[in-house]
Amino acid sequence: MKFNIIFSNQNIKYSYPQLAVLQLTNIDKTYRTSSVETLALNNINLHVEKGEFISVMGPSGCGKSTLLNIMGLLDEPSGGEISIDGSRVINYRDKELAQLRNEKLGFIFQSFHLINDLSVLDNVEIPLLYRKTSAKVRRELAQEALEKVGLSNRMKHFPKQLSGGQKQRVAIARAIVGRPEIILADEPTGNLDSVMGNEILDILQNLNGDGATIVMVTHDDAMAQRTHRLVRLFDGTQVL
Amino acid sequence: MLLNYLKLTWKVLLRHPFYTFITLFGITLTLTVLMVLTSFLDHLFGTHYPENKRNRSLYITRLVQQDTTQQGRNMGPMSFEFLKKYAKSLKTPERVSITSLFGFANTYVNGKRIKLNTKYTDADFWGVTDFEFMDGKPYTERNINSGDHVVVITDDLRRQYFEDDGASVIGKYIDIESINYRVIGVVKGSPVTRPYTYGDVYFPYTAPKSNYQNKGMRGGFLAIVLARDEKDLPAIQAEFASGINKIPLPQTDGGFTFHVMKIAANQYLDDFAGTFLEGEDSRKVIVYSVIVFLMLMIMGLPAINLVNVNVSRIMERASEIGVRKAFGAPAKALLWQFIIENIFITFIGGLFALLLASLTIALINQSGWIPYADLTINFPVFAASIAVCLVFGLLSGVLPAMRMSKLKIVDALKA
Repeated sequence: MKFNIIFSNQNIKYSYPQLAVLQLTNIDKTYRTSSVETLALNNINLHVEKGEFISVMGPSGCGKSTLLNIMGLLDEPSGGEISIDGSRVINYRDKELAQLRNEKLGFIFQSFHLINDLSVLDNVEIPLLYRKTSAKVRRELAQEALEKVGLSNRMKHFPKQLSGGQKQRVAIARAIVGRPEIILADEPTGNLDSVMGNEILDILQNLNGDGATIVMVTHDDAMAQRTHRLVRLFDGTQVL
Repeated sequence: MLLNYLKLTWKVLLRHPFYTFITLFGITLTLTVLMVLTSFLDHLFGTHYPENKRNRSLYITRLVQQDTTQQGRNMGPMSFEFLKKYAKSLKTPERVSITSLFGFANTYVNGKRIKLNTKYTDADFWGVTDFEFMDGKPYTERNINSGDHVVVITDDLRRQYFEDDGASVIGKYIDIESINYRVIGVVKGSPVTRPYTYGDVYFPYTAPKSNYQNKGMRGGFLAIVLARDEKDLPAIQAEFASGINKIPLPQTDGGFTFHVMKIAANQYLDDFAGTFLEGEDSRKVIVYSVIVFLMLMIMGLPAINLVNVNVSRIMERASEIGVRKAFGAPAKALLWQFIIENIFITFIGGLFALLLASLTIALINQSGWIPYADLTINFPVFAASIAVCLVFGLLSGVLPAMRMSKLKIVDALKA
């Protein structure tokens, strides 16, 4: 297997296989209304290799979240092409897109998006509900994921009984429970204080250390410093 | 996954108790009406006392004579003689009974008039039906042949006429239209909604005023044909039709010359439909269609209302829809999730409706509104109620679920 060398912004060497786990080619995104046309992303090209931890930065409204949504197949680009784990995502139907999201991608949102009516354990199980997995295996995997984020003692709790940091840890457990290739985190520390934010980033770094590929949108330079590579956007255009 | 859905539905229901109460109230009321209606239809057309063999019985109740040239038409029950010749002679059935439609008579007790519904029957009447004899026994061929003045009365008439003190009334006499009849049996009565068995007093057909000797084709009698097995019904119908087809036409009956004659041995529902619908092949379909249409109409308005309620309830959960989609739920899975949730809620409403319908039915049965009413929530009614719940759940759930499952993920997450 061939390996190439990628340098992070901290000049630390990491070795990864050459195969791009996520590839964006000439991605455009335009929002149209009857009178206005807004270009949110303009000709974005991004090559994410397996095991990378990338941060995406830029001022508010520059298209970071839009880019992350397109990477995660949550939104459609107006032009360009996406490849995930070697498969070009062209003309995929709802069912195929859902399967790709389920198997290859895990999401962490700034506002957690936990389902308040479900227990922590049930929330973490959600991605596994859409796979052919027995209830017993689902439970075991969810427990394992919660142990990884240090929340094994909160399994029966409900989201409203947790602190912001704990909620985000549950969200991380939910993102990793299905062992996806890529974790997409949209400002995962945005709603947390610096201590909690650092704790969350520690967890993400650990996951990355275990082999997870992570793309994280952030406003925080300090957080971005802790990732391998930085992608910077300005007015929808990639400037770094 | 199902457990997960149900758990969530339960939590959603508990989230807004008043909202849930309004939803369940609407569902319960609608389903109660439908369940009582289903029970009433089952009471009318199902197999119940004393017609416990209705499923393997055929009814010959109407003879239609048409004069095609003058557009004249006679329709009604037949004479005893006609039925004796064409129905009683059938070989395939287990038994054939000839009975009159109910007539009226008066009797007096202590100067008080009691209006009676009378019925003249042959001895086989007690074989094709399952009347419960509370006392005594039915009249036999021998009573009929010897012209005995005997009657079978209902327990209700026993109570009224003999001012029941619990003692047996067998052998006692009842004066009906100035003739004394000896009571030979007392049966538990049949509801008025079963006109072929309903009556207060049953006479042998040879009793006075039965007109059984009328030689014409038309008269006041009908036949109940009991097959050995349900499978024999078509053969009996064919045998009866073959006998009828041999009657030469045109004919003159009671001064009316007719060129077309219509008569058939039908199952109960078909026979009922035949009283107001032409077209032997299609009328059953029409009756079923009318029933289904009525039920859908009753369900339709509350269902539309529930669609609105459901849309707002599901809209509250847009973020959940977004999360589920983001983590791999296909639109179809979400569609089913919301449909299952809605069916679950409908079934909770159905459970309340079942209790309420049972109460309503008990009230109807005890009110005396229908004498001897025996409306029940039996298995067919229960099964129909389940089906009604499912249809209602689907009707009110599919549209909102479809709309919501098609929400764009990014929009859902922003909501």
